[in-house]
Amino acid sequence: MSGQEGLRVKISKKLNPVNLIFSFVFITLGVVMIVPALWMVSTSFKSEGQIWANPIVWIPKPFTMVNFQNVFSTIPIFRYLLNSLIVAVSITVLQLFFSSLAAYGFARIRFKGSTVLFSLFLGTMMIPQNILIIPLYRIMVAMHLLNTYFSLILPNMVTAFSIFLLRQFFYGIPKELDEAAVLDGCNRIRILFRIIMPLSLPVLSALTIFIFMNSWNDFMWPLISISSDSMRTMQVGLAYFSQGNTTFWGPYMGAATIATIPILIVFLVAQKKFIQGIAMSGIKG
Amino acid sequence: MNNLVYCGLKNYLSALNNSEFWHSIEITLVFSVIVVAFHVTIGLMLALVVNRRFVGRTFIRAAFFIPVIMSTVVVGEIWRFMYSNPDGLFNKMLGLFGIAAQPWIQSEKHALVAMIIVTVWRYVGYHMVIYLAALQDIPVDLYENAELAGANAWYKFRCITLPLLSNTTWFLIIISIINTSQVFDQIYVMTQGGPFNSTNVIVYYIYNQAFRLYNLGYASAVAWLMFVIIFALTVLQLRFSRKDQLA
Repeated sequence: MSGQEGLRVKISKKLNPVNLIFSFVFITLGVVMIVPALWMVSTSFKSEGQIWANPIVWIPKPFTMVNFQNVFSTIPIFRYLLNSLIVAVSITVLQLFFSSLAAYGFARIRFKGSTVLFSLFLGTMMIPQNILIIPLYRIMVAMHLLNTYFSLILPNMVTAFSIFLLRQFFYGIPKELDEAAVLDGCNRIRILFRIIMPLSLPVLSALTIFIFMNSWNDFMWPLISISSDSMRTMQVGLAYFSQGNTTFWGPYMGAATIATIPILIVFLVAQKKFIQGIAMSGIKG
Repeated sequence: MNNLVYCGLKNYLSALNNSEFWHSIEITLVFSVIVVAFHVTIGLMLALVVNRRFVGRTFIRAAFFIPVIMSTVVVGEIWRFMYSNPDGLFNKMLGLFGIAAQPWIQSEKHALVAMIIVTVWRYVGYHMVIYLAALQDIPVDLYENAELAGANAWYKFRCITLPLLSNTTWFLIIISIINTSQVFDQIYVMTQGGPFNSTNVIVYYIYNQAFRLYNLGYASAVAWLMFVIIFALTVLQLRFSRKDQLA
């Protein structure tokens, strides 16, 4: 009874005139924010004539698939998507795995120099990725790994940031759980994978989203290290596709739409987790 | 690359004596400072609004966050298209307000402004989300007490909200400077540093020197100079926001 009343008060509070004006203004603002994304999707279904039409055509009529056909016939876009997927999934899985191992070590095992070592790890966080690109390039040249998946995956297998974030979380898990597990005959690896990691799901899922999104959207390093068309990731392939002298905006927007769909699906499905994840782990410039 | 010769500080000195280098530093700074100022103020205003209950709140959160998750290459392509002169969407929208079409990324005068607009649009949702989280941490009874004492909304904002958000604000300012001073992807996609070097920011300058002109030594020197600046900022960040970083 009182719950229902509370709900009614809540609803009427939500619907008072001031709030309605608020809603109107801010929903409009929200729409303005997504106009570029809508414009991309809308353009990708337009025929050449409608793209520059005056007044602006928002909903193409008729919907045409010409642009997508053009994309499929000029660039190996499925290959790009596959490359991106292989790289992003490998990086995500490997980084979670190795960072967890290191984080567990730093959180639970006392060994000589562990504090110094951890500070050194933290120190590397201060070096921006872009500055490391020249030495990284030289290393990859020396290892003959340029233009392979390895050149994209290896440098991202572990980051100080993931170790740091996971270590903080592991630290907060009561040590008594470990001790009980030891009494039951668990070794360290089992403790980590059977006890610590299941308890760390919130931070692990946030980190998964963060790592996957950054690897999927990464551009500068793949641009430099990949030289053959068939090895390009989605972002690099898209950039090359649209850097021609002529401007076929229909197909470009079609390819951009395809490149955005995977990340958009993940976002819409796990929106709350996504926003939390990025709020927790920050963004890359 | 086999006949490496030790050359002392030669690369550093030639960087410091190069006007193009200083020009890059200058526009990177201008870009960063302006973008960050907008991020922090608009982000805070949005958070204050979204923090209240009203219909459509969830939609707004999502809408402001969509630009954050899109890749910079995609974002760059869309805006390059929207900035078309004179018939691009952006110019047409400005036309609705009676503003004449501008050449945007094709003009030396407007290109950096165009970049600033894109970056502000793109990450303002992120700043909103971080501010929202911080706002929700402020104890409600502080406001209740202030109300009992007869404080008005402005007073509450100035004497409770703003001071309690100062950690978050510092965190955002510094992280945003660090990120925006390393802008590269969108420059590569939209202007390639041009027209006439007007968007040749520092990371693009390094990229160009290293991977187009193959001056790897010189580019490394510039990268180190940039590192010194960013390192100083990171130290500042750690000092100001130890708490926020742990989320």
